[in-house]
Parts: sequence; C-alpha cells; structure tokens
Amino acid sequence: MIDKKNLIRFGLILILILILTILNTTMGKYEIRVLNLAGIYIILGLSLNVINGFTGLFSLGHAGFMAIGAYTSSLLTMSALQKESNFFAEPIVPWLANVQIGFLPALLMGGIIAAILGALIAAPILKLTDDYLAIATLGFSEIIRVIFTNTQSLTNGALGIKGLTRFTTIHYTWGIAILTVLFMFSLRRSSYGKALMAIREDQTAAEAMGIDLFKHKLLAFTIGSFFAGIGGGLLAHLMGTIDPLMFRFLLTFNVLLIVVLGGIGSITGTAISAVVVTVMLEWLRFLDGVIDLGFMTIQGIPGLRMVLFSLLLMMVIIFKQKGLMGRDEITLDSLGGFLGRFKKKEA
Amino acid sequence: MITISDLHVYYGGIHAIRGVSLAVSKGQIVSLIGANGAGKSTTLRSIMTLEKPREGRILYKDKDITLTRTTDLVKDGLVLVPEGRHVFTNLTVEENLILGAYLRKNAQAIAEDMAWVYQLFPRLKERSRQRAGTMSGGEQQMLAVGRALMSSPELLLMDEPSLGLAPLIVKDIFEIIKKINEKGVTILLIEQNAKVALEISDYAYVMETGNIVLEGKGRDLLKDENVKKAYLGA
Repeated sequence: MIDKKNLIRFGLILILILILTILNTTMGKYEIRVLNLAGIYIILGLSLNVINGFTGLFSLGHAGFMAIGAYTSSLLTMSALQKESNFFAEPIVPWLANVQIGFLPALLMGGIIAAILGALIAAPILKLTDDYLAIATLGFSEIIRVIFTNTQSLTNGALGIKGLTRFTTIHYTWGIAILTVLFMFSLRRSSYGKALMAIREDQTAAEAMGIDLFKHKLLAFTIGSFFAGIGGGLLAHLMGTIDPLMFRFLLTFNVLLIVVLGGIGSITGTAISAVVVTVMLEWLRFLDGVIDLGFMTIQGIPGLRMVLFSLLLMMVIIFKQKGLMGRDEITLDSLGGFLGRFKKKEA
Repeated sequence: MITISDLHVYYGGIHAIRGVSLAVSKGQIVSLIGANGAGKSTTLRSIMTLEKPREGRILYKDKDITLTRTTDLVKDGLVLVPEGRHVFTNLTVEENLILGAYLRKNAQAIAEDMAWVYQLFPRLKERSRQRAGTMSGGEQQMLAVGRALMSSPELLLMDEPSLGLAPLIVKDIFEIIKKINEKGVTILLIEQNAKVALEISDYAYVMETGNIVLEGKGRDLLKDENVKKAYLGA
C-alpha cells in the first residue's frame, strides 16, 4: 500500500540514512563508536519494551539473553585460529572448533538461540506476576552468567573472549535498529500486538475474551529475547571483547533506564531515549575524572556518572512517571500538529 | 443450550461449588441470584474454564466443554462479561471494542456488530475516541457489555452487570440486556440485585453456599416468601 504517509515515512528514513552516512564519514573513531552504541541500545531498549512495555511483564533478565546472543554469535564468527589462541586454558569443544560463518548469519543465530532459551526460561515462570516475575527473571539472568563463567571449554569462562573481529559498523547497528523500529510498529498494529496490550491493560478481561495468556506472554518473551540476542551480538563485535562480567545486572539496568525514561510502551520514546542516554553516558564521563570547579577540585570518583543516572531515574519515577513520551508516539500526525502550531504563530 | 450437571469446584481445600446443576435453553434469560460468596461467579468462571472443576459435566450445544480451552469457547460463541467491568482503561472505547472481536476474522461481520453496539449504546459512539478509564462506571459497564457483544456471542454470561451502579443506570442496563436477548442471544446472568434480575428472567436459580437451593420461573420466585425475605427485603 503506497499512500502519502508511507511515502513521507520512507523519505524520513532515507534522510536518517543520509545523515548517518555523512556522520559515518566525517566523525572520528570515538564518535562513531558512540553512534554505534546508540543504535545497539535502540535495539535493546525496544526488545525490553516488548516485554515490559507492550505486555506489562516486569522482566529484569535482559542481560542474560544478551549474553546468550553475544556468546553465540562470537563463537560463530571466530576463525579456528582465533579460537585456538583464546582457549589456551582449556581447549574449545571439538564441534565448535572449526565452525565459522558470516557476521549476519551469526547474529541471526545469536538471536534465535537467545529466543529459544528465552522461551524455555520464561515458560515455567510466566504464571508469576509483577515483582515475583522480576525476581525470577533476575535470577535466571544471573544463572546464565554463572554458567558462562564455569563452562570453560564452551565460553572460555572468566577469561572471556578477546580479539573478536570488529564487524559491527553503522550499517549493521542502525540498519537493524531501523528494521527493529519498523517491526515494533507492525507488531503493535497486528492482532498479536493488540492481544499483548490487552494483557497489559487487564489480564482478567483479556483471559475472559479468549486471549491465551500463556501463549502471548511467551511470544512477548521470545521476541524480546530474540532482539536482545541480536543486540548482544552487535555489542560483542563492537567491543571486540566479551566476558561474563559484562552481562551483570548493571547492563539490564541501563536498558531499563532507557525504557523508563522514554516512556514504557512507547516505541519512538524508547528510540529517542536510547540515543540520549547513550550520548549522555559518554559525555558525562568527565564526571568520573578530576573536576576543577575553580574554587575547589574534586578528585576523580569513578562511577559518579552512574550516580547521576540513578538520581535521574529516581526523579523520573517521582515526578514524571510516564517518562518522555508516556505511551504516545511521535507520528506524522502529531508532528504535523506540532509544526502547524509554529506556522500559526508566525502568521 | 447449556446444561451443567453436578459441578464441584475447589479453591485449594475449600469446597466452593457443591454439586450445582442448572440448564439454560436457547433464547432465554436465566439468572442466578444469591448472596456474596454463594459461588455464583465461580460457577460462571468454571463454565469458561477459567476455574477447573474437579467433578461434574458441562454440556454446551450438546458438546462436553468441561475442560475446553477458553479461547475455543469464545470462538464457539460462549462469552463472559467479567465482574467489575474490567475495561482496558488506557485504550480508547473503539480500541476496546475492536479487541472484543479479537478472535474473529470476518471484517464485514465485525463492522456490522460494531454498528449494532453503537446503536445499542449511543453514548459509546459519542465517546469512541475517549480513553475508557475516563468514563463513568455506567459507561464502562456498557463498554464491557459492548465489547462482549463484539465477540459475537450465542450465550452471554454476565457477572453482576449492576455492580456499583446508580439505580437509574441499572434500569438502562437491564433494558439493554432485554434488547440483546431479543436479538437472539441467550443470557445467563448473575445478580445480587434480585428484583431487577427476576423481573426480566424467564427462569432463575437461587444459590446459597455452593448449592442451588431454589429454582423456578422468574415471576414465581418474585412472589416466593423465602426469596422475598432473603433477597427482596420485604
């Protein structure tokens, strides 16, 4: 269906791609890295948004699914030589030693394995609600991390995997991020998306209407884990190094922060807040260093910027619970209305 | 249309429904009256398989549906309006109604039902773009009924449609229940407000602590001395 609105949407995406291409060629290495991170956090934020935002399931297990995706894709892109030099403490399991596939299929596999394990983990605990579900998912995420620390011949344990080829580029991160945004919009418009929202709004009514709670909650978890796995794979191939400690609760917290700030349930809100939070996290790094205020000097306190972010999250929860966008979206209509107001003022 | 025989339901160790049997014929309005905690809601929830009965059989359109999945029951025209309205407060009236037709595919039939619901409840049409949570209790109850109608019910189970509503609005709701029934929808109704329920019912059952203690035509029960004393405040 080609109508005017779709054409404008398509045009806006093209403009975004153009801007990204220009940025990609003009910016320095560090800035490009931040831009890549922003793209990855869009994917991660949106994946958590399916579970927490659309369906209203309070999951804190995201880092675990990201770890699965990161490790799966890393083990698949590494050459036999890379594997040999990494797994010096204990050799890698033979069936993985000589496997090497391209980056994109490896990412996809990471997503699929994360989705399967996400579904398997979610199935027994989906009867739980609210805080109980949060505790259970948090527990599972930690279990995954502990398992990865101890499966020396599969994940290289606490040593982590180093020297990954840095396949992740703007094309991958933002390409997949744009696809994810489009997927989320069509998911929400679909009957599945509507059922997810019905569950979030009122479980009793949804159940009475014949919406299969278990099936749809499982679907939300599977989709969320899939994109978390993809995001994890991109992150691994951006950093070049992964180890189990990377996937602590702090990582889930970062993603949760993005979703809460952006507005739980809002797609555009999450995407915007992903970019803002990533850029701020980098920009505020000066807080961790020595700060000279003129009249006094603060010695570097590592982690001060995270204190600031935690404060920010508290402020949002106290004063603006709905986040940046609430459950609303920036759409062409709302954008038109916004621009229209300016035009009226001029006249 | 539906026959329940010797239904037993337990909540943990509590024997909530103790051998309930009742029947609803096609085209009727049947009500189930009784005090709080008598087991009325549990009976309806068991029909929808939202609770699993330990004993007993439920026949719907001559099929055993005792443990059939809720989804399949809704598809087969058995629809529940849950107690306490349960509308989707953050969604608009129209979105609520569309969700009611969630399991249906035929777009034209859905549109026809939507028009019918708007005709039954003109107030909902006026507020179609408003968030459901911003409406009054009575309007939300109308929406809950309208949403159930969007599932194209043959047998509509209604759990306390008058709960917490002003007397005037209760009257409206019951007028509409009659209209829905005239359109060919069979209705099984739970009520604490025994008088209004019995007035429109073809047949009624009185429930006490998990048992059916009395049954009869709605008009007859209105005159029954025991019912008068216990439920009609006479």
